[in-house]
Amino acid sequence: MTDSARIQVPQIVVNEPLPPSAPAPESAREESLVRQYLQKRSSGRLADGAFSLTMLLSALSIFLIVALIVYTLGSGSKMSIHEFGWKFFIHSDWDPVNGSFGALPFIFGTVASSLLALCIAVPLAIGVAIFITEMCPGPLRAPISFLTELLAAIPSVVYGLWAVFVLVPLMRDHLGPVLLKVFGWTGFFEGDNFGIGMLTASIILAIMILPVISSITRDVMRAVPINQREGMLALGATRWEMIRIGVLRNARIGIVGAVILGLGRALGETMAVTMVIGNRPQIAKSLFAPGYTLASVIANEFSEATDDMYLSALVEIGLALFLVTIVVNGIARLLVWAVTRGTPARHA
Amino acid sequence: MIEGVEQTKLDVLTAPPPMRNSRANSVRRMLSDHLVTGLAILSTVLVIAPLVAILLYLIYKGASSLNLAFFTKIPAPVGEEGGGMANSIVGSGIILSLASAMGVPVGIAAGVYLAEYGRGRILGNLVRFTADVLNGVPSIVMGIAIYSLIVVRQGHFSALAGGVALAIMMIPTVTRTTEEMLLTVPHAVREAALGLGVPKWRTVISVSLRTASPGIITGCMLAFARVAGETAPLLFTAFGNQFWSANLNQPIGALPLQIFVYAISPYDEWHRLAWAGALVLIVLIMVSVTLVRVVAGRGILKGNQ
Repeated sequence: MTDSARIQVPQIVVNEPLPPSAPAPESAREESLVRQYLQKRSSGRLADGAFSLTMLLSALSIFLIVALIVYTLGSGSKMSIHEFGWKFFIHSDWDPVNGSFGALPFIFGTVASSLLALCIAVPLAIGVAIFITEMCPGPLRAPISFLTELLAAIPSVVYGLWAVFVLVPLMRDHLGPVLLKVFGWTGFFEGDNFGIGMLTASIILAIMILPVISSITRDVMRAVPINQREGMLALGATRWEMIRIGVLRNARIGIVGAVILGLGRALGETMAVTMVIGNRPQIAKSLFAPGYTLASVIANEFSEATDDMYLSALVEIGLALFLVTIVVNGIARLLVWAVTRGTPARHA
Repeated sequence: MIEGVEQTKLDVLTAPPPMRNSRANSVRRMLSDHLVTGLAILSTVLVIAPLVAILLYLIYKGASSLNLAFFTKIPAPVGEEGGGMANSIVGSGIILSLASAMGVPVGIAAGVYLAEYGRGRILGNLVRFTADVLNGVPSIVMGIAIYSLIVVRQGHFSALAGGVALAIMMIPTVTRTTEEMLLTVPHAVREAALGLGVPKWRTVISVSLRTASPGIITGCMLAFARVAGETAPLLFTAFGNQFWSANLNQPIGALPLQIFVYAISPYDEWHRLAWAGALVLIVLIMVSVTLVRVVAGRGILKGNQ
């Protein structure tokens, strides 16, 4: 697509101002006519300045948006910050009726479900990336990468719908009992298994963050020079040794970046998690137990929060979520840039 | 990397083991190679399986519940049969048009700044980084921010607030793709235009943007598809509406919101409608994305063919 665009460009430029068959000496005259024509259309310094100013203002509006978000979240949560201070984040009692707010169960839910989702998604995502970049036969490559990208196009609420009606019964009736039998001794699979809970939420989260991680891992792996692969193979390495030493080792910083980017996505994911995590503010060891996340408590309770302190506490949760995802995404972007921008990941 | 290569080389060269050992070693290496190949294929299958499962189940459940009433009727009260999501489909259309009308021009302009004016400047890098970070902000947080900024000030939920929330989510994606696409336009082309005395603004519009337009349109459609399915930012901005409303100052229904409400309801009839809604939503997203890809790829939108 871009290739064809590149080729057509000269035609646009040459065709418009100059008649194709104009002899060379006359072209100077023609050019001045073109200039006159353009000047008549008021394309002077004023238009240029106005145009670049408009572009600059649009670019600056991105700063403005971030500043406005920070400002509104900050001013909205002032009340709660003054009242609870740091205790807000280490207090585990969430009782809106009695005006006691502690966000620890939500932090636990968010962190636990995201990490669990990463544990499921990362090996799969790297496996897919390895398959697509290093092993896949040519004709299959495009369809498979298209399919994995398609996973990213499915809206969160549709994942939630599918999870509620397919994954939850599956977990309750088939997967759950098997897990209990095999891993019951670890203590992570205790209590009643209703199908909804931390594990189901993590699985759906894993499916949702997979395309992000695998597509960036793929980009990063593709940025590794082909010489690395050829060198390894020429030394008699098997394909796996070539991938492990020649590719993964060079790309690892970028892959870490991709994983962190996936983490950022998982931390903020709202709808699908809200629909299957069970929405109970508690800290439980069992993965079958219901939990609650920062994002889903906002989704569920924001529109029914009546008194100011309740609202303020919810906004403070939003602020915390915002700051955490900004830090996580910032780190991830820097890591990915470090690799894909041509900076060597490892220097001897 | 270099140590890695040398290490293997050393392993191969400096360990002259007895014949049997070396054969065992190479068998082990071959086995681990096959094992990893198998694992990679397995993980690809495991990743594609849920996608296929979701799509097939969606088509199976959704197609059986789709009928004309779904597209023409507004939601029926609890207990009544029938009803549809016509108002939500129209509402989604209104919110998305608003979002595109606000988000796309700003996004493209910011992308133009990054590619044409901000190259290598500190400000340009800052804007790029901020856009990337804004891209990762959870959509629910965007919902709260717009709630405090617009809904609280207006005093009521509105379609406008929903549109603004989605527009803000579109901007970073549009900006970054516009920039990347403009960077693929060769410098010689710009120089040729400037050399002919075409002013910079005209060069940007008629040469750079026009050349990159297929890619930019694809980027805009991807941003559109991404926000089309967003539910979280609409929860406290557009809020949803069970009745017809095209008023920008009133709460308005949206397809993803209606799917969410129906999915967590306890009624079978509503679940049925939720599946139908999800199918319609997915089809709308997929069709818009593929259509524009095909059209843009064929150069029809390039204007000079």
